[in-house]
Amino acid sequence: MSIDALTAILLIPVLSAALLAALPGYMLTAKLNVVAALATFLTSLSLFVVEPTSGQYLLVDDLNKVFIVLTTFVGFTTSVFSASYIHHEIEVGRLTPAFMRFYHAMYQTLMFAMNLALVANNIGLMWVAVEVATLTTVLMVGIYRTHEALEAAWKYFILGSVGIALALFGTILVYMAARPVVGEGLDGMVWTVLVQHASAFDPALLNVAFVFLLLGYGTKVGLAPLHAWLPDAHAEGPTPISAVLSGLLLNVALYALLRFKMILAVNTAAIAPGPLMVTMGLISVIFASLMLYRRRDIKRMFAYSSIEHMGIIVFAFGMGGPLANFAGLLHMTMHSLTKSAIFFAVGHVAQVKGTQKISDISGLTVTNPVLGWGLMLGVVAIVGLPPLGIFMSEFLVVSSTFSHAPWLTVILVLGIIIALGGLLLRVGVVVFGEPKGPTAPAEASYVPMFTHLALVFMAGIYLPPALVNGFTNVARLLG
Amino acid sequence: MSSLQFDIAHLLAGCLVLASFMMLYQDRLYALLNVYALHAGVLALSVAWQAYVQGAPHLYVTALIALVFKAIIIPVALHRIIKRLGIHREIENVISVGLTMMAGIGLVALSMVVMLRVTPGADALAREDLAFALSVVLLGLLIMVTRRNAVSQVVGFMSLENGLVLAATGAKGMPLVVEISVAFSVLIAFIVIGIFLFRIRERFDSVDVETLDRFRGERR
Repeated sequence: MSIDALTAILLIPVLSAALLAALPGYMLTAKLNVVAALATFLTSLSLFVVEPTSGQYLLVDDLNKVFIVLTTFVGFTTSVFSASYIHHEIEVGRLTPAFMRFYHAMYQTLMFAMNLALVANNIGLMWVAVEVATLTTVLMVGIYRTHEALEAAWKYFILGSVGIALALFGTILVYMAARPVVGEGLDGMVWTVLVQHASAFDPALLNVAFVFLLLGYGTKVGLAPLHAWLPDAHAEGPTPISAVLSGLLLNVALYALLRFKMILAVNTAAIAPGPLMVTMGLISVIFASLMLYRRRDIKRMFAYSSIEHMGIIVFAFGMGGPLANFAGLLHMTMHSLTKSAIFFAVGHVAQVKGTQKISDISGLTVTNPVLGWGLMLGVVAIVGLPPLGIFMSEFLVVSSTFSHAPWLTVILVLGIIIALGGLLLRVGVVVFGEPKGPTAPAEASYVPMFTHLALVFMAGIYLPPALVNGFTNVARLLG
Repeated sequence: MSSLQFDIAHLLAGCLVLASFMMLYQDRLYALLNVYALHAGVLALSVAWQAYVQGAPHLYVTALIALVFKAIIIPVALHRIIKRLGIHREIENVISVGLTMMAGIGLVALSMVVMLRVTPGADALAREDLAFALSVVLLGLLIMVTRRNAVSQVVGFMSLENGLVLAATGAKGMPLVVEISVAFSVLIAFIVIGIFLFRIRERFDSVDVETLDRFRGERR
């Protein structure tokens, strides 16, 4: 078998995971981690130039190209941030060098699992990949071995496993629905075959299947009634993992959901998945934005903000139609970039101040101006103030909804405004208040953070036509 | 398909639901583990029977995994962990046994109504199997939510997973069944190792999830 770009984005992380597990010395391995992530990113870019042929197991189309490039890009920038972050953790002794091997190997395994879930053409393979991604992140969340970290890991483990079990039941039901039409065997699980023949599937079976899939993968997306693992996992794990969880893993679960939504969209007799997704999205937005006000832990607060934004994205995809889908895709991209940039800033803030408690962090613009302004810029972006990218995408979501369901717009906008108030209130003190705590300069790499913020800023002012065309294609694909 | 083949498959799947019910009212950890071993044993028989009926030799591998890994290795390992941690006392239920059983009956009725209604097109064998499998899954969830003890929550999860394997083997000709059952075995091995390595007792003085709750929420 010749190695094309498709196999390469799976092989590079696997091989480097094995290598990083074997190599001692964290300085070297942190650099190798960056190199491997960069190589994966560059390979994923080549998908735009030469499109490899899709087979029964792997698939490249316009939809997953967007996800793959976003995943590998944020994976790369996070590995750069991770190198400077981890260096400090070793110095203060929160992590020992022995853990470093494990950490870096797991990082690459996670990248592999996410890439596999994105390129899998087989719904069974996709499920296995999401499971592997869950397992690796569970191990990373528990890496500090404190009470809180272990509890967060355990909770994530149990809820994630139940979610993934329900998703498997849904997957089996989809196969059962497909079997009378496409026949026994592998074809019944190949996504491209399924979507071709979906109009002939038994609608009742598909309906039940989608409910299980929505609950199962929805747990991993962090939708409101199923979100309980998310704030703990984000708050207690190492910050690079919070950035990857928030910026990438939630998207991967969402991607799985979108693939199944496309199958249902073909079958006109089945329930429309839209209203279900709209409802869960709105509940997430309102719930999470109310929860923002009483947070004491800064990472936990931004975790709730992630629930809010995943809610907006699921809402947009639930509304459907070219414009709402476009807005959903744009919002997802902007959220990934902004939220990981915020976590980069928060990670260094927590290291400088030695705490994640909001009440103990204050006056960052005086003590650490670069970090303080970086964080402030990130928050201005995430609450959706103009002229940044999230303003654009939120505006599109709202305006596309307005023509179909004006009342839903009211609820959505209310949620967004409540969240805006909560975040600005909390972060305002953190950034501009009376200076408090240690004032040592951060040993940080600011490049990843400001790269992300610059991209978000640019997107708010000017979207390159190539990007718009690409997103428009995908939006049409999603129906 | 002869009616005997169907009856045996039906009987085995029914036994699996029955074993799930037996788990619901166990109030000691050792007894719960023994019933779980029985549960996995019945699953192995059921899967082997499906392999024979469908003429699908790869399902024998799944049956073997169920028998060796789930019915023998995992229960024995959990036995030893419980002994080592000294937590072999009574399990606290969140709600009373009577109510739990009533809820269980309701869940079985629900899964029958849902699955039999949506699968009129499927063949009878797969149809009944799917309905029973969903019952086992829901009963597993019920076990997880009615127990406070971390080990019994894990046992609940494992029985839930047995239901999924039953569903996957019942769906005739489904690929990747063996791979999925291996993936699940790895997941469960991780959970069990997790209990041991994390040494929940050492950290929290007890495996009662109630004590875990003390750390929930905000850092103070």
